[in-house]
Amino acid sequence: MIALKSTQEIDVNEITASVQSDACGAIDIFVGTVRNNFKGKNVSKLFFEAYEPMAISELTKIADQVKNQYQASKVSIVHALGDCKVGEIAVVIAVATPHRKASFDGCQYAIDTLKDTVPIWKKEFFEDGSHWVFSHP
Amino acid sequence: MKILLFGITKDIIGDAQLVWELKEDQKTSNDLLDALKERYPELQKLRSIALAVNGEHADGSELIKQTDEIALIPPMSGG
Repeated sequence: MIALKSTQEIDVNEITASVQSDACGAIDIFVGTVRNNFKGKNVSKLFFEAYEPMAISELTKIADQVKNQYQASKVSIVHALGDCKVGEIAVVIAVATPHRKASFDGCQYAIDTLKDTVPIWKKEFFEDGSHWVFSHP
Repeated sequence: MKILLFGITKDIIGDAQLVWELKEDQKTSNDLLDALKERYPELQKLRSIALAVNGEHADGSELIKQTDEIALIPPMSGG
């Protein structure tokens, strides 16, 4: 499952079930949630936007790489779009592999690569303003 | 041609997309990016700025046609 949806629609159980495979003994799940602070400032919410067709295509590439490089049977990546409040889910990655080490490693590769290659942008809102994350040096 | 804008590039250029007239000397994606940076100097202050051509990250050498789908890609921050 590769998808972009509102945080309210993200269902970790459904994503876990989507990678279950009888040939796999491990499912590693990464859940990224909204933190309440950034460099000491209180964060009230995040807003995500994406270049949607390209984001889906880049997420699909990552899932394929994890399947090829970590012998994963199934990989699901679901990212939130729109507003996310503190504590809500921004991203879920689930990787199913025959044995546990590859599922941990594949999941880490997926989240690290997502941050580098997937055209999704995050705006952080503070009590006194907002900014697009990582925009300026 | 229309250039899709996301994140901070929307704030810099002031719209969700930019109508751009491709000039003779803008042959590659690097040429186009340089012209955009010259027209909108604020783009040069970003940590990074790149283009996507037809939904793929550009490496700078792509030959650009009027019909291509171009997007400006400021620093990504998913996750």
